Amino acid sequence: MTDTIASPRATEAPTISGSVRGYAERVRGGDMGALPAVFGLVVLCTVFSILRPSFLTPGNFANLLTQGAAITVIAMGLVFVLLLGEIDLSAGFASGVCASVLAILLTEQGLPWYVAVAAAILTGVVIGAALGTVVAKLGIPSFVVTLAAFLGFQGLVLLLVKGGTNISIRDQTIVAIANKYLPPVLGWALLALGVVGYAALQLLRARKRASRGLVADPIALIAARVGALAVLGGVAVYILNLERSRNPAVVSLTGVPIVVPIIVLLLVLGTFVLRRTAYGRHLYAVGGNAEAARRAGINVDRMKISAFVICSGMAAVGGIIAASRASSVDPNTGGSNVLLYAVGAAVIGGTSLFGGKGRVLDAILGGTVVAVIENGMGLMGYSSGVKYVVTGAVLLLAAGVDALSRKRAAATGLR
Amino acid sequence: MTPVLELRGIDKSFGPVQVLHDVDFSVHPGEVTALVGDNGAGKSTLVKCIGGIHAVDSGEYFFDGKTVQINSPRDAAELGIEIVYQDLALCDNLDIVQNMFLGREHRRGIVLDEDTMEEMAARTLESLSVRTVKSIRQHVSSLSGGQRQTVAIAKAVLWNSKVVILDEPTAALGVAQTAQVLELVRRLADQGLAVVLISHNMNDVFAVSDRIAALYLGRMAAQVRTSDVTHAQVVELITSGRSGDLGLTNGVSA
Ligand SMILES: Nc1ncnc2c1ncn2[C@@H]1O[C@H](COP(=O)(O)OP(=O)(O)O)[C@@H](O)[C@H]1O
Ligand SMILES: [Mg+2]
Repeated sequence: MTDTIASPRATEAPTISGSVRGYAERVRGGDMGALPAVFGLVVLCTVFSILRPSFLTPGNFANLLTQGAAITVIAMGLVFVLLLGEIDLSAGFASGVCASVLAILLTEQGLPWYVAVAAAILTGVVIGAALGTVVAKLGIPSFVVTLAAFLGFQGLVLLLVKGGTNISIRDQTIVAIANKYLPPVLGWALLALGVVGYAALQLLRARKRASRGLVADPIALIAARVGALAVLGGVAVYILNLERSRNPAVVSLTGVPIVVPIIVLLLVLGTFVLRRTAYGRHLYAVGGNAEAARRAGINVDRMKISAFVICSGMAAVGGIIAASRASSVDPNTGGSNVLLYAVGAAVIGGTSLFGGKGRVLDAILGGTVVAVIENGMGLMGYSSGVKYVVTGAVLLLAAGVDALSRKRAAATGLR
Repeated sequence: MTPVLELRGIDKSFGPVQVLHDVDFSVHPGEVTALVGDNGAGKSTLVKCIGGIHAVDSGEYFFDGKTVQINSPRDAAELGIEIVYQDLALCDNLDIVQNMFLGREHRRGIVLDEDTMEEMAARTLESLSVRTVKSIRQHVSSLSGGQRQTVAIAKAVLWNSKVVILDEPTAALGVAQTAQVLELVRRLADQGLAVVLISHNMNDVFAVSDRIAALYLGRMAAQVRTSDVTHAQVVELITSGRSGDLGLTNGVSA
């Protein structure tokens, strides 16, 4: 044990190379973070682009984003539950139940869209509160509780849509979410707002810390982060603003899908909650060591219930997006592989199944991987069967990386 | 001098097993009280009752001379009682600052005030003359046993607490680190805090304590001034519950 290290304040001056070294150390120590997902995305996109040039068209890019949107949002909610080391297997069908509520209120009751949306999200909140209460107060493992709910909600969707009929959605606002696009100018404006806002936040934070004599991120690192965001976002907006209609004279098709800024907003909100609020800190604490959290005066039961509420609430949002994309709700909305894809997305993105480690961004990275596999293999003409097998293999791989990095972290004492 | 913390007639059972029998215990400001006893005597259980981790079955709890109700860890913390548990209870996935402020984070509005917390944590570690960590932003999982112990102690003294209880803080430490922790214990008491130190090491106990309380099979065998007893007497109290006219007679306090 070496106990002769500098006083806490006099840490080495932060530099770019220092940050890079720190990152490399963490990766070697088992904290792979977003690395596997980013690596996987690059490989998958390269392979699909070579094998199927149509993969790399603006039309397919826009399609891919709306295709992955619902699963990504459900995965974002799952991150909160996974952070506690719990699981919600019912999130898929919960989204189906909420989508059914939406469709019934819109189409059968003729209520305005905002009432239907509020009711759908409220349904999700109630579902989450019920699940969380059973898990926290009765102490039944969440795996069992939500497996029961998985079956129950599947039945509930069938009952709601009256045994297999399909309720179509004609409300223009709801349909627009996953089927309409921002005017190109607005896309650029939102991106500019995002980049400038991000840069301002980072700079202000660094200035404030430096003025108090605390270790601050070097300007070069901030510039690199902001630059990366600007370039990636710029390329995406540029491609999405290209004309992708086969017949532009008849109907023009350009712009960022409306669902994209919605997801970015949820990302910012979720990241803020997890990183900048005491509530988020306590979620990590309960996931890392529930007994320590309890001794610190944190109400562990309340944390569990709230995480399930957020998860099912986000599932409701996912259900609304799925209903929008299909312009209808049927007994299979939120069914089949939705839940497994969503759990897969979170885990592939780097959220741990063992609790205590995860970010909302993971859901987006992993959701994109899942969407790319689904989309690319579809373009190559593979059947659903093959797609399931491949996605299953990728999920297993991601869970394996998670377990191995934990082992490695335990061995090196890092995490 | 009135004790800052006093327990009277504490009983505590886990199911059918009664672990604490009619325990009296008092702690004085500016003093180190050593709590000794064999493994399983009930030391950690007593400490957890004080900290609000376990609810007592019966008994009275006085703080600054007034009866108080302790129903949760938060109640104890609000009185100014800080406990470094034997099993440390740190979150491996959080960094040092995050652990030190867990459950009592500083915020501005709803946003965490990381800078203030970082400054206060650094100042506390410095005031304890801790030079053992590379960065106070490193995860606790990357710390050695001694470093974790230091973080746990720093967490306890961060809060202008009145009573600090350390449950076997030196059990996993080397010679040099043990000396450091004992020095720290003495310094806290000299600053006017009431310190409770649980230890099996008689040399350590006699080196730093002002009073010794000996638990025997869940009963308080004796609570004496350290200067009034010898090593041998304390060992006898620990192993048989009595020593001469000190200790239990037929399982009841003399
Ligand atoms: N949570 C618990 N449930 C049941 N029995 C317990 C619990 N905690 C401690 N005990 C029992 O209480 C007795 C005293 O334990 P403890 O207070 O840890 O002793 P010490 O710290 O003095 O070694 C032991 O017999 C132990 O098995
Ligand atoms: Mg003990």
